[in-house]
Amino acid sequence: MNGRAHSLLPRRAGEKVPQADEGAPPHPALRATLSPQAGRGLLVVGGIQSALNPAGVQAASIHSLWHVFLWVSVAVYVITVAFFFLALIKAHRRTAPLDDPGTERRMTIAVSTGAVITAVTLISLLVADVATGHTIGTLGRNGAKKIEIEVTGHQWWWEVTYPNAESDKIIKTANEIHIPTGQPILFRVTTRDVIHSLWMPNLHGKRDLIPGRVNKFWIEADRAGVFRGQCAEYCGMQHANMALVVVAESPSDFSRWQEHQRTPAPDPQTPEQKRGQQAFLSLPCVNCHAVTGTDAYATLGPDLTHIATRTTLAAGELINNKGNLSGWISNAPSIKPGVQMPANVMDAQQVNDVVAYLESLR
Amino acid sequence: MSEYALTNEPELAATWAPKKGVLGWLSETGHKEIGLRYIVTAMCFFAVAGIEAAFMRLQLSRPDNTLLGPDMYNQLFTMHGTTMMFLFAVPVMEGMGIYLVPLMVGTRNVAFPRLNAFGYFVYLFGGIFLYTMFFLGAGADAGWFAYVPLSGPTFSPGKRVDTWSQMITFTELSALVVAIEITVTAFKQRAPGMSLNRIPLFVWSMIVTAFMIIFAMPSVMLDSGYLALDRLIATHFFNQSEGGDTILYQHFFWFFGHPEVYIIFIPALGFISMILSAFTGRKIFGYPVMVSSLVFTGFMAFGLWVHHMFATGLPQLGESFFTAASMIISIPTGVQIFCWIATIWTGRLVVRTPLLYVIGFFVVFIIGGLSGVMIASVPLDLQLHDTFFIVAHFHYVLIGGAVFPLFAAFHFWFPKMTGRMFSERLGRISFWLLLIGFNVTFFPMHLLGLMGMPRRIYTYGPQMGWTFLNQLASAGAVFIVASIVIMLTNFWLSRRSGVLAGNNPWNADSLEWSVSSPPPPYNFLHIPVVSGPNAVWDAAPDQPYVVGMRTHRREVLVTKTLDAEPSHREEIPGHSIVPLILALTTTFALWGAIFFAWWFTLGAILSAVVLLFWFWPKREDVEEHLENERKFTMKRGGEVTA
Repeated sequence: MNGRAHSLLPRRAGEKVPQADEGAPPHPALRATLSPQAGRGLLVVGGIQSALNPAGVQAASIHSLWHVFLWVSVAVYVITVAFFFLALIKAHRRTAPLDDPGTERRMTIAVSTGAVITAVTLISLLVADVATGHTIGTLGRNGAKKIEIEVTGHQWWWEVTYPNAESDKIIKTANEIHIPTGQPILFRVTTRDVIHSLWMPNLHGKRDLIPGRVNKFWIEADRAGVFRGQCAEYCGMQHANMALVVVAESPSDFSRWQEHQRTPAPDPQTPEQKRGQQAFLSLPCVNCHAVTGTDAYATLGPDLTHIATRTTLAAGELINNKGNLSGWISNAPSIKPGVQMPANVMDAQQVNDVVAYLESLR
Repeated sequence: MSEYALTNEPELAATWAPKKGVLGWLSETGHKEIGLRYIVTAMCFFAVAGIEAAFMRLQLSRPDNTLLGPDMYNQLFTMHGTTMMFLFAVPVMEGMGIYLVPLMVGTRNVAFPRLNAFGYFVYLFGGIFLYTMFFLGAGADAGWFAYVPLSGPTFSPGKRVDTWSQMITFTELSALVVAIEITVTAFKQRAPGMSLNRIPLFVWSMIVTAFMIIFAMPSVMLDSGYLALDRLIATHFFNQSEGGDTILYQHFFWFFGHPEVYIIFIPALGFISMILSAFTGRKIFGYPVMVSSLVFTGFMAFGLWVHHMFATGLPQLGESFFTAASMIISIPTGVQIFCWIATIWTGRLVVRTPLLYVIGFFVVFIIGGLSGVMIASVPLDLQLHDTFFIVAHFHYVLIGGAVFPLFAAFHFWFPKMTGRMFSERLGRISFWLLLIGFNVTFFPMHLLGLMGMPRRIYTYGPQMGWTFLNQLASAGAVFIVASIVIMLTNFWLSRRSGVLAGNNPWNADSLEWSVSSPPPPYNFLHIPVVSGPNAVWDAAPDQPYVVGMRTHRREVLVTKTLDAEPSHREEIPGHSIVPLILALTTTFALWGAIFFAWWFTLGAILSAVVLLFWFWPKREDVEEHLENERKFTMKRGGEVTA
């Protein structure tokens, strides 16, 4: 399971980082999310971020609409081009152009018929389009139970919040969204810097994240699986490396994940982890990151409270393992040029300690 | 030819002759020379943008490729889009219009020759400015659309976006100049008898294009102007946190940006009509329908800009309106395609390279039109927007719908412009290479978009499953490059050594084919009189023409807008170096402004001084005018003084 997730999900194990830990077993939380059903989705190479492999009702109805448009277009193309080539052949065999009122009249009738057929076809497509738009727009509006997820775009990562009236039940995470299957979910999206666009093609079309505005859309996954989303609006240097993982899981798995994420970060156990925590809290890390239950509460960078449960690092660019984590925390800009996270001056001991601490944040 | 005695040909030729020397070349104001300069310059930019595209295809030919870093890749796609849209596609169409419209309507030059030269130099300097900054390391990198806030002062410090926004000002200025030239020339300088219902379809397409430029370009100039102000003197037009609006930028941009596509596409429709009529040997079927389709398209093009913004989260009702508008605009284009098929159906076909490119247009463009209907649908667009599907779509529309017809037009009018025929064999080879290469490059991109590949990403991982299709696309690009190289070689060799073309090698129907190839500097020895919609075919053996034009002055005949009845003779200026100097001071103002705001003021003052020279009357002209007025008053004295 780990091998498959590794080859299909995150981008690469950055060339400049140590690769010692690639074979490590997956985090329990990840193992939990990769149900056999999810594995099936992953078997389709490239299908984890595809409009052609719908896993939600919105994406499925767009997919059906796509088929309508596709086959109508193919028919229109074949017919038009056939008439065009027929005309070419006829004209090629002729020695002088036809110039009589009868021909002109027949051509007038033919062109008018073509225009009427075009108009009727377009109107039919318009009806299909508006119907699909209506389905997508109204889905889940009246559902009794709904889950809200807030996504805030940053250059170049996704801040994900599960709001709750009780402040200790708010979940903050990054670059990974968990959703239960079979339930309508309301996304509220905005951005803290430039315009981004949240696109999870297996579930729905994209929606722009615009400064000063909150855009809303609904999704509903109808089968479990692990999917990939990516920023679709050009947002600067690392637009290509702004991805996220979407884990659709059964409602019970989802509640388990939710309960776990609501707990504060576990306290460090081993001496290594303890030293790591101290280093983390004294290094510049705390200027940007938060770990619930410690003195780190900055919000410029991703919340790290449960970072060890996440599949990827650097917004989908790296698999979350010890080697990549060490490389990332010591010299992020060498892996992702332009990234806001600076290179940190640490000796090997410190790097090991901090990695050990971060890996304990389950 | 005893009638020739009526006109003093040597004197006419001397009056219109181009001046010799570098200074003479720089002060040229003839429409054919300026038109050719536009075309050649635009093709140079086309080549540069093509090289940029080739580098991008190389970068994407392997997953995790490290050939270009993100910074260079982002500059390249910005420069590619900006160059293709602002420095190639629009100017090349304008150049064709500037060259052909005066010939097709039967006049000797455009309405404002010095302004025309000024427009060209401003365009040229804008392009040089953009590329100078690029090679100095300040290449624009916020996309050809430069959305705020990414392009704003906070997220794009430095001079990169300033360069982009100022370059817009240059090219839009030049586009507006051309639009005015075309409109006035086509409406006021047509040969007698060429009433509105006899105007060649290419001239109609340029009239519609010119009006679209006049209404669309100010919108993007506002956008780039406000952006420049936000960046340079800290205004807040687009600064959300100070009460500005980021979405407003997109509205302004696409209110220009969508018509822009039609500004490129509509002249191409004109080419198709002219070429099909020549190669089928009959007039285009349904002339009134063709003209109304062009005009209708021109209007509708302003009603669909929001389909570029479906993902921004606008109210659903508004979105449906723009979906309907976007679909409706395919009706007039469809009707034109049907009329062309009817024309061919009843015609007699001659197959030569220009016609092959027209066939390429049909085969390729219709795919782009149909994928356009797909993305007019909001739900489909939410999936397809900003993916490689869109890249495929607009290359099918712009290359299929504009570049294929443009190359058809190059081959069609090459004999007229140079006096010699191109090599038919090389022409056919370049056509087939382009047709194959184009489809191999761009068709897979439809699928890539559906498979989740967003636009403007400099790299992707091997696990995404996009590798093979990207490699296919990159391979296709090789054919495109080969095709363009062969086409340009063909033109380069044939312009010196091709077979002499004669006046009308294709037996075509519009007025430019009635004069020698290349046309003399004055175009027409006598201003022709037109007696039908197909000027050359409808001309009687003893077709009348206009006499009485002065030959020692550059004069054009002004006619009435509707029926082209002669109104009066108008003298137009000849050579002048002032347009170049004004273009230089304008460049100084615009280029300087991105470094220091006061340089703009200084440049404006300098320009005002140059304009004094521009408008300064010549003593002998004034005296001649006074003389004429005296004669005129004496003749009609009794009536005037009552």
